Amino acid sequence: MEDDAPVIYGLEFQARALTAQTAETDAIRFLVGTQSLKFENQIHIIDFDDENNIINKNVLLHHAGEIWHISASPADKGVLTTCYNKTSESRVLTCAAVWRMPPEWESGSHESPDDSSNSPQTLELLCHLDNTAHGNTACVLWEPMGDGKRVISLADSHVVLWDLQESSTKATISSSATLEGKGQLKFTSGKWSPHHNCTQLATANDMAIRGWDLRSMSQIYCIENAHGQLVRDLDFNPNKQYYLASCGDDCKVKFWDVRHINEPVKTLEEHSHWVWSVRYNHSHDQLLLTASSDSRVILSNMVSISSEPFGHLVDDDDLSDSEETHHEEKSKEPLQDSIIATYEEHEDSVYAVEWSSADPWLFASLSYDGRLVINRVPRALKYRILL
Amino acid sequence: RNLSGSVGESLLSGSSSPGRKRRLLRLYYSAAPEPQQEEQPDPCDINGAQFDPELYLNKLRKECSLNELMDQESCMVRQIRSLDSDMQTLVYENYNKFISATDTIRKMKNDFKKMEDEMDCLSTNMAAITEFSARISGTLQDQHAQITKLSGVHTLLRKLQFLFELPARLNKCLELQAYAQAVSSHCRARCVLQQYSHMPSFRGIQDDCHAIMERLAQQLRQKFRDGGTSAKELSECVELLLQLDEPAEELCDKFLSHAQTRLEADLQGLEAELRDSAPIDTDILEFIDRGCNEFVSNLCLVIASYQELFVNRPQEGDKLLVFVDTLAARYFSLVERRIQEEKGVGDNSLLVRALDRFHRRLQAVSKLLPGSAVPSQGTEIVIQAARERIKQYLSALQSFYLDSLTDVRQALAAPRGPPGKEAPPSLPDLLTSLSNSILNQIKSVLASVHLFTAKDITFSSKPYFKGEFCSQGVREGLVVSFIKFICQSSRQFCESAGDRGGSTPPVLLLLLSRLCLDFETSTISYILTLTDEQFLVQHHSPVTAVTALCAEAREAAQKLLNHYVKVQGLIISQMLRKSVETRDWVNTIEPRNVRAVMKRVVEDTTSIDVQVGLLYEEGVRKAHSSDSSKRTFSVYSSSRQQIRYAPSYTPSAPMDTNLLSNIHKLFSERIDIFSPVEFNKVSVLTGIIKISLKTFLECVRLRTFGRYGLQQIQVDCHYLQMYLWRFVSDENLVHFLLDEIVGSAAHRCLDPSPMEQSVIEVICERG
Repeated sequence: MEDDAPVIYGLEFQARALTAQTAETDAIRFLVGTQSLKFENQIHIIDFDDENNIINKNVLLHHAGEIWHISASPADKGVLTTCYNKTSESRVLTCAAVWRMPPEWESGSHESPDDSSNSPQTLELLCHLDNTAHGNTACVLWEPMGDGKRVISLADSHVVLWDLQESSTKATISSSATLEGKGQLKFTSGKWSPHHNCTQLATANDMAIRGWDLRSMSQIYCIENAHGQLVRDLDFNPNKQYYLASCGDDCKVKFWDVRHINEPVKTLEEHSHWVWSVRYNHSHDQLLLTASSDSRVILSNMVSISSEPFGHLVDDDDLSDSEETHHEEKSKEPLQDSIIATYEEHEDSVYAVEWSSADPWLFASLSYDGRLVINRVPRALKYRILL
Repeated sequence: RNLSGSVGESLLSGSSSPGRKRRLLRLYYSAAPEPQQEEQPDPCDINGAQFDPELYLNKLRKECSLNELMDQESCMVRQIRSLDSDMQTLVYENYNKFISATDTIRKMKNDFKKMEDEMDCLSTNMAAITEFSARISGTLQDQHAQITKLSGVHTLLRKLQFLFELPARLNKCLELQAYAQAVSSHCRARCVLQQYSHMPSFRGIQDDCHAIMERLAQQLRQKFRDGGTSAKELSECVELLLQLDEPAEELCDKFLSHAQTRLEADLQGLEAELRDSAPIDTDILEFIDRGCNEFVSNLCLVIASYQELFVNRPQEGDKLLVFVDTLAARYFSLVERRIQEEKGVGDNSLLVRALDRFHRRLQAVSKLLPGSAVPSQGTEIVIQAARERIKQYLSALQSFYLDSLTDVRQALAAPRGPPGKEAPPSLPDLLTSLSNSILNQIKSVLASVHLFTAKDITFSSKPYFKGEFCSQGVREGLVVSFIKFICQSSRQFCESAGDRGGSTPPVLLLLLSRLCLDFETSTISYILTLTDEQFLVQHHSPVTAVTALCAEAREAAQKLLNHYVKVQGLIISQMLRKSVETRDWVNTIEPRNVRAVMKRVVEDTTSIDVQVGLLYEEGVRKAHSSDSSKRTFSVYSSSRQQIRYAPSYTPSAPMDTNLLSNIHKLFSERIDIFSPVEFNKVSVLTGIIKISLKTFLECVRLRTFGRYGLQQIQVDCHYLQMYLWRFVSDENLVHFLLDEIVGSAAHRCLDPSPMEQSVIEVICERG
């Protein structure tokens, strides 16, 4: 049973920003934002046809500037946010905005896929998430599983919670918090927890990870020195509310139980350079993707700290049918944390990796040279998890 | 004439040859002459027995001339004549002798006659004496019988007197406490008294004696109970009581209970010594000595006297065993407590000698009491003590190691105080002194432990000390554990301090790495060989192989060195990162100088190079072109670099840059940044530089540059190029990474117009 070969798509420009189209649950679709100082920046909409192993792309122009971060609304397929660099009068400022994709991009691509790039359409600006007082925006987070009305932006040392009104054309600050401390503190990234009714947020700045309660906009925990160097990214376990994973410049991936923040639950050290991104699989939280500037993407199977430490739980009626077979299965599967695969299709630093929102066994990774690679979880593992 | 001839013949032969005479004698005396000497008798031999005169005459006549015959004849005549005269002389001599013999016989006849008369006289005298003697004995017969009777009466009377005096005598003995005499007297009289007890007088005596003996027994028992008497007196006491038909079992119990109180007193003495000597002023040898001399010797005495006294009561043997075992158990617990207090590891010989004495004295018990568990328990204690000792030595070694690490740390910190650029010059010295002191410490500990197996130590011949002690105890428990501890503590330096970076000075990491590597190459096998030789380890149980230990040490060395690279790389990375992050690259002025941070990077790299060079070999580098600093750099910046981002400011072809860089990457090997390094200077430096430059690259990619920002990066990279190539194994690596940095900066530049190569060179050379 051969695994399908990876599918590679090359962008013309360098790129760092990648997201799955969160609201889309049928088609496998990723959004990529480019970085170019000299040319018009683009957002590539990458559609992957799973059956034929073909990629369809559509390009939308992003006039505002080079894209550093992109995230898609969980409620509306057409809405997304970007963080982009705006250069004016020899000043570089990173701003954030909410955009709507033109409704006809899809139809246009179907008619003439070849020259779609010749007449690219432009994103429609819905609103800016700007407040000059807040400084450079590092990232914008949508409320997970929300109605697409609330976003958080992390700008320098500020956490700003926005309410989007009038079908996202107007953004108002509902609350904000500021990181206090010595020196110039800057958030590098953050994650909105899907647990606790989406009232918690985790942020990373320098070597620390902080948890915030959004109702009071106050800090609830702080893991000082979570990593030996800068923390680059973090992600919540989608099924275990207190667990989160973080990665950083010390080449490590650490797993935390935020109730016991003195020691990480587990530490992985597989990459040979900074780890830029860490992502839990949305359905099977033992599967974990990490991307690193050593040009590798690593898929790990962290069974021991997943919500399914004993394998996939068989439904009750199945259990009554065949309890013995279940036991056999358990015994034949010695569940151990392991590296499932190391993907080496990239030749430059990989800054982003994302699971597809439609197919839990498929993911995309993006390296700085503009190469997007779509890979699948090995079939053998997939069947072992499912069966 | 014939006769004279034959006589003359025999005389002739006699005078002419003694051999012949002897043969004749032999012929005469024995019938069987020797066969080999049998020869054909020559009839012509004038001396032979078969002499035939006719034949001889004929022969002469035939053979000889007349003259010869004449000579022969005259010779013959002469011989005959001399023979005749000899004959005459002989006859005369014999005749004289015969006459003198006859005279002698006649004289003897006269003498004998006289003697016969005297003999007759003697016999009559003897008869008279016999008669007288018979008469005397007849008269004395009656008196003799009387005397015999009298002497019998006398003996009886003396016996009776003894009996009558017995009570008084016994009383006196009682007064003088001569119990033994009293008992023996009583024993002698007892049978007689018993026999004649039907007679009233004897009965009275018997009763008196009984009463006295009762008192005596009472006194003895009293004495027995009182204690305070020595073991010897006690056993005497028991002996006497036994002779007095005391019930043996009861005595036995009493004897033991009494012995117990005394032994317990000994034990309490020991315990008191244990208790009140909080600062132990008596050493263990004294303690054991005291225990041996008091308790063990008393115990032996008790055992010996018990066995002597109750020798024919085998059922009482179990009692003794139980008794000995319980007391010995208490003694052992005291000894164990004392041994446990022996924590100082300075002088092992004292402990070993104490244990030896302890063990040796217990052998006496085993000889006296073969079934007892005491000696084996004692051996067990010795073994336990040895085990404890090994543990103590291990922890002593460990703390010694940690202490010496602290010393090294201080030594490293001290010369770094003044801001000298050079690493502490004593780095190799520190290494050798550290490694030597560890080795010496191990050796001295081995020597100390070796005392346990010395030949003159009694317990060294026990199977434990021959086998398990050497292999499991010393080799595994001590040496191997210590080496493992070193490796493990080294690894801990990498793990705990790793994230913060600051707590362990990097030089220490480097030093330890070299130490572990030295361990791997020589020290471990040396130590283990030494151990095996000293202890003649026979590997009954599986032991850790040298190779496994070496692998562990190597792993630790590798880990330490990797960590060193990481820490040093991190320090430089942080400098570079701060310098990139804090600057406003869009609005910077035209570069006039290399930035100070780059100089600092080169300086630090140089000092690291010196530092590593003190401990590690140079290592191999790929052959590089002569004068690399100039030539390759000019290639890099003028040709390749130009090609690389020349198209990037021609808007028509945005793809080319990517294409080119992709093609370039396709042919260059993937660089693992935090990869394991080899044990040499070049590899270490390569690792550090790789980490630093990759950080530089990633930081540059996060920034946006103005025109002069790019130019500054160009200048900086050129400067780095000029100095860093010499440190790394493959200078292309530096080229590639610097290339990437400049390329990325150009990509991130709003107005990418690179600086003239010549200007860059001028700036860099100006410093």
